[in-house]
Amino acid sequence: MADLTGRGQRRAARYSAVALLRHGIGGGAWPRAWRTHEPKRSYQVVIVGGGVHGLATAYYLARNHGITDVAVLDKGYLGGGGSGRNTAIIRSNYLTPEGVRFYDRSLGMYERLAAELNYNVMFSRRGHLTLAHSDASLRTMRWRAEVNKLSGVDSDIADPDEVKRLVPFLDTSAGARYPILGALYHPPGGIIRHDAVVWGYARAADSLGVHLHQDTEVTGIDVVGGRVSGVRTNRGPIATGTVINCTAGWSTLVSALAGVRMPVQTFPLQAAVTEPVKPFLHTVVVSGTLHVYVSQTDRGELVFGASVDPFASYSTRGSLEFIEGLAGHVLELMPSLAQLRLLRQWAGLCDMTPDFAPIMGSTGVDGFLVDVGWGTYGFKAGPVAGEAMAECVATGRTPEIIAAFGLDRFEEGRLVAEKGAAAVGH
Amino acid sequence: MILLPCPWCGPRDAGEFGYVGEIGVRPDPEAATTEQWRDYLYFRQNVAGWTRERWYHRMGCRRYLAVQRHTLTNEVRSASQHAGQGDDS
Repeated sequence: MADLTGRGQRRAARYSAVALLRHGIGGGAWPRAWRTHEPKRSYQVVIVGGGVHGLATAYYLARNHGITDVAVLDKGYLGGGGSGRNTAIIRSNYLTPEGVRFYDRSLGMYERLAAELNYNVMFSRRGHLTLAHSDASLRTMRWRAEVNKLSGVDSDIADPDEVKRLVPFLDTSAGARYPILGALYHPPGGIIRHDAVVWGYARAADSLGVHLHQDTEVTGIDVVGGRVSGVRTNRGPIATGTVINCTAGWSTLVSALAGVRMPVQTFPLQAAVTEPVKPFLHTVVVSGTLHVYVSQTDRGELVFGASVDPFASYSTRGSLEFIEGLAGHVLELMPSLAQLRLLRQWAGLCDMTPDFAPIMGSTGVDGFLVDVGWGTYGFKAGPVAGEAMAECVATGRTPEIIAAFGLDRFEEGRLVAEKGAAAVGH
Repeated sequence: MILLPCPWCGPRDAGEFGYVGEIGVRPDPEAATTEQWRDYLYFRQNVAGWTRERWYHRMGCRRYLAVQRHTLTNEVRSASQHAGQGDDS
C-alpha cells in the first residue's frame, strides 16, 4: 500500500555518475521519482491532464513564477495519453512565421532539457528529411525553407543525390511509383525518449512542491458567476480559482464541464513499431504523399507514424487496413525492409482544429484556461507550451509567443493556416 | 473494419465511403449573427458516445447518407437516406 501522506517520502535525490556508482555498489532501492499525496481541499492552480503539457505547465509555474500550490490531476497514469503514444519527433520547420518561432523555441528547450531537469531525456539530434514526390510539394518545401531561414531556422532543400547520401536505403530511382524529387532537410530535427520527458518533468515538478495525483478523474468544474470556484473529482471536491485544461483527446469533454465549447474534432492516429535491428537509419524520414514517417530508436526499432484515421473517433484500437497500407507505403520508400517484422501497433487521440494550430489561453470563463487542440504536433511543443501557459496564469496576460493561438481567433476569422506543414497528408 | 449499411447498396466496407462529419443545421446567412456562423463553421459537439453524422458513398452509389455511430466503439446502429440538414430523425 502506497503511503499517501507525503510524509516519510524523500524528495528525489539528484542523479549523477557518483549516485549511480554508489547505488551500483551499495545496492538498495532508488528513491521514488515523485511522491504520492492525498488531494488537499484546495489548490491555487489545478491542472487537468498529466501529460507533457500539464506537467511542463506545473514545472514552469513553480520554477519561473514561484507558484508551487499546484495539483496535476490525471484520470489514468502520468503520460498515458498522447505523451506516451506519439512518435517522439521534434522539429521546427513549420510554414507560418508564428508556427516556426513557437516550435523553434520548443526545440531549443528540448535540447537543454536533460541538463535542466537532471534527467536523461535521450534527445537525439539527427536531422529531419521531408520528401517531395511532386513539383507541387517541392515548391511548398522551398517556401517552407525560405520562411524557416528568415526566422533563423536551419532548413534547406536537398537534391535526390544528397537524400541518397543521407539515407542510402531510400529508393531514389526515377522508376519508383512516387519518385523522390528532393527533400526539405532540417538538420536540428530529431527524436527524444518521450516517456523520459514526462517522468523528468514529473520528478522536477514534484521536487518543487507540486502535487501529482494519478487515478484522479475530474467529473465536474464549478463555475459561479462566470468564475471558476473548484473542481469535483472521484477523490472529492477541490476548491481552486484556476483550472487549466491540458488534455488531449478529451479536451472537448473537459471544456464542456466548464460550459466552454471547442472547435475540435477528435481523430485517432495509428503508429507501429518493428523488431529491433542494427542502426542503419540516422535521420527522420517523412513522406507527406505516402502518409508516413519513419525513424529508428536508440534500441534499434523502427517507429512508423501516419496521418490520422479517415473518420472522427475516440477508439484507440488499431486496424488491419491501416497496418496494410502503412507497410505498403514504407516498402515504397525502402524496399529492403520487406523482411522486417512488426512488433506492435497502437493509436493515440488527436484533437484536430480547423486551422491545424493549437488553442491556448483564456476562455469565456474566468479562471478556466485551455492548452488543447494539439492535433498531431502536441508532443514537440510540450516545453514551450508549458512555459507560455505558466506565464499566462502567473501574469494574467497572454504571452506574445502564443497570441496567435487564442480561442477568440475563430470568432474573429484570424485562423493560422498551418495545415501545409503541421502534419502529413491532411 | 466497420461495415456501413448503405440504404441503397446494403452493408459495405467503410473504406468505400467518405466521412463528412456531424449533422448540423446551417443558419440563414441573411439573418445569422457572427457567433452563429462561427458555431456552424468551426464548433463541434465531438460526442464520446452515440452521434449522428453524414457519410458519402463515394465508391458506390455516390449518395449521402446519415449514420448513427458510437464514437468509442465504432458500432453502427443505423443508416438512413435522409442526410439533409437536421431533417432526419
